[in-house]
Amino acid sequence: MREWFSEVWQSREILYFLAWRDVKVRYKQATLGVAWAVLQPFLTMVVFAFFFGRLARIPSEGVPYPLFSYSALVLWTYFAVTLAGVGNSLIANSDLITKIYFPRVLLPAAAAFGGLLDLLVSSVFLIGMLFYYHITPSWTMLLAPIFVAQTVLLVLGVGMLLAALNVRYRDVKYTIPFVTQIGLYVTPVIYPVSFLPERFHAVLALNPMTGVIEGFRACLFRGSNVGWQVLGCSWAVTLLLLLLGSWHFRSTERVFADIV
Amino acid sequence: MTESVTVEHLSKSYKLGALRQETQLRDQLVRVLRQPFRRRAPTQILWALRDVSFTVQEGEVVGIIGRNGAGKSTLLKVLSKITHPTSGRVRARGRVAALLEVGAGFHEELTGRENIFLNGSVMGMKKKEVDAKLEAIVEFSGLARFLDTPIKRYSSGMRSRLGFAVAAHLDPDVLIVDEVLAVGDAAFQKKCVRAMQDLRSGGRTVLFVSHNMAAVENLCSRGIWISDGSVRLDGPTHAVIEAYMATFASAGAGANEFAAVEGRRGSGEIRYTRVEYLSEHGELQPVIRAGKRIVFRLHYRANETIERATFAFNISTELGTLVTEFSTWLHGLDLPQIPAGTGYVDLEVDALNLLPGRYQLSLWINAGGSPRAADSLENALQLDVEETPIYGSSRLIDNRYGSVFFPQRWHFGGIGSGVAADVSSAVKRSKA
Repeated sequence: MREWFSEVWQSREILYFLAWRDVKVRYKQATLGVAWAVLQPFLTMVVFAFFFGRLARIPSEGVPYPLFSYSALVLWTYFAVTLAGVGNSLIANSDLITKIYFPRVLLPAAAAFGGLLDLLVSSVFLIGMLFYYHITPSWTMLLAPIFVAQTVLLVLGVGMLLAALNVRYRDVKYTIPFVTQIGLYVTPVIYPVSFLPERFHAVLALNPMTGVIEGFRACLFRGSNVGWQVLGCSWAVTLLLLLLGSWHFRSTERVFADIV
Repeated sequence: MTESVTVEHLSKSYKLGALRQETQLRDQLVRVLRQPFRRRAPTQILWALRDVSFTVQEGEVVGIIGRNGAGKSTLLKVLSKITHPTSGRVRARGRVAALLEVGAGFHEELTGRENIFLNGSVMGMKKKEVDAKLEAIVEFSGLARFLDTPIKRYSSGMRSRLGFAVAAHLDPDVLIVDEVLAVGDAAFQKKCVRAMQDLRSGGRTVLFVSHNMAAVENLCSRGIWISDGSVRLDGPTHAVIEAYMATFASAGAGANEFAAVEGRRGSGEIRYTRVEYLSEHGELQPVIRAGKRIVFRLHYRANETIERATFAFNISTELGTLVTEFSTWLHGLDLPQIPAGTGYVDLEVDALNLLPGRYQLSLWINAGGSPRAADSLENALQLDVEETPIYGSSRLIDNRYGSVFFPQRWHFGGIGSGVAADVSSAVKRSKA
């Protein structure tokens, strides 16, 4: 295990180059370039604000609804888009896996870190929105990156599990977009947890993204609150998935080159 | 001498049928639902490698040869850690670089320069190293002008050159190479060979798989012949290649029967039955090597007594260009009377100076001074000429450079004999 960690550490530059490649390729022939990183959550927010905020009048804990949903979409978009990238990272790089040796974990990791640039860009836009809506700054905003980090860990954990399964079962490839689509509705992106009847709260808390998004909002907005139980549950599930994902990945990586 | 690579009882098995099938979860579910209590049908197991052991010393260049499917590529993949052995182990000292495919991991959308960094990094170079060697890599590749072009616009040759250029600057302690010399033009191939020779003289270890026996013979000091997943022979390159080549002499190779040839023309008093390629010692020669002595033994069957026979055949390229004709008539030879029955005539060629490649033989016999052939076989026979180090150089010379070659020498005694005087007089003239 220690050997493996030192090997991964030795090869950290590969991680950088693979992530760099992913980012570079993603925007190479896109005229709007990095603007896409903002456009995707922004346009989703506009649609949500109209249907859910204005027409359905879903409460947003005293925060303007566009800001309420965009703040969640920043993390959710990263989660959904990057999870697909991580889950497909092995089969998309089968030529590398069958021809060159390097620690395999660098492929999902590069996909997870490569997505951070988009997240950074959409976060800058979020900061702009905070100013636009005159949100009073508070020291708790400094805690927000904790939830970004948790999202990365979650994407890594689930992603490694899916990536390794994907090598053997291509079904996974088709499952990922479906799961993230459903996930959007069982995560408090459109609505606050308080919007649901009490008896659903415990079930919702099992979804680790619930704690992430509620926690992220609680850091930004005074009116939002999150229970310690929800946060604890979210972290526990995140770490469990990270352990499960890396364990499965490590125990199957020997055969990747043979079956990918 | 220190051991550079140690391979101990290495075995690798693949489950046949389990690969690629049932990669849909559904198939497995269906199977479990249909036969919940039956155990999985035993899968066939293919042993790609079976108990392979050898050690390679630092500075050795080892050629690994064997037929397709013998396990060479699996061996390289295990050596380079791409796949794990089923049992046994491999130890290698220092940095191992494997070049199983030139330019593996190149990304179409990225430019040549970007791919140098990406490929170099994945192959184990640090960014600093790539920065430092960038100029040398670009020069080696000869692609300076296309450096900022996405490689999707590169030809396959350009791609290979870029890939090998990166690989040549990896500076590994152990280099594992799979059949990469087949790419590029002759000048580039020479660069590659020189790069590998540099590694060798720098005390680095090279393991080299190739079907090109000339390249193996030139580059390698030692040969390992893999057959059916095991080491069949391990020793000096030349001896291993000879032994390997000899296996092509399976029954009938080197001899060619004509009994079954349909649509033969000719009046039929006498016919060829078979042609054998023999070595100077009269042994069947399954592999014909460029520039070596060869005896063509032409077997015939005569149905009656034949007077004034002429035996002849010619060699043409695969494209049908006549290379040369061999005939008793061209020699002005009067053959003795041929009694009814079977027999043979031999044509001994001192040096078969055909460049490596595939050739066609057409054969005919005339009898009784008649211009009409008694037997005629057009393109009845193939002649595959294999590579040898033709001019003693490490260049791979084959039928891209023509069809024939001649014993030859270059002389450079004349260089510089008149230059200085001309220059000085020219300088004087321009001053005046």
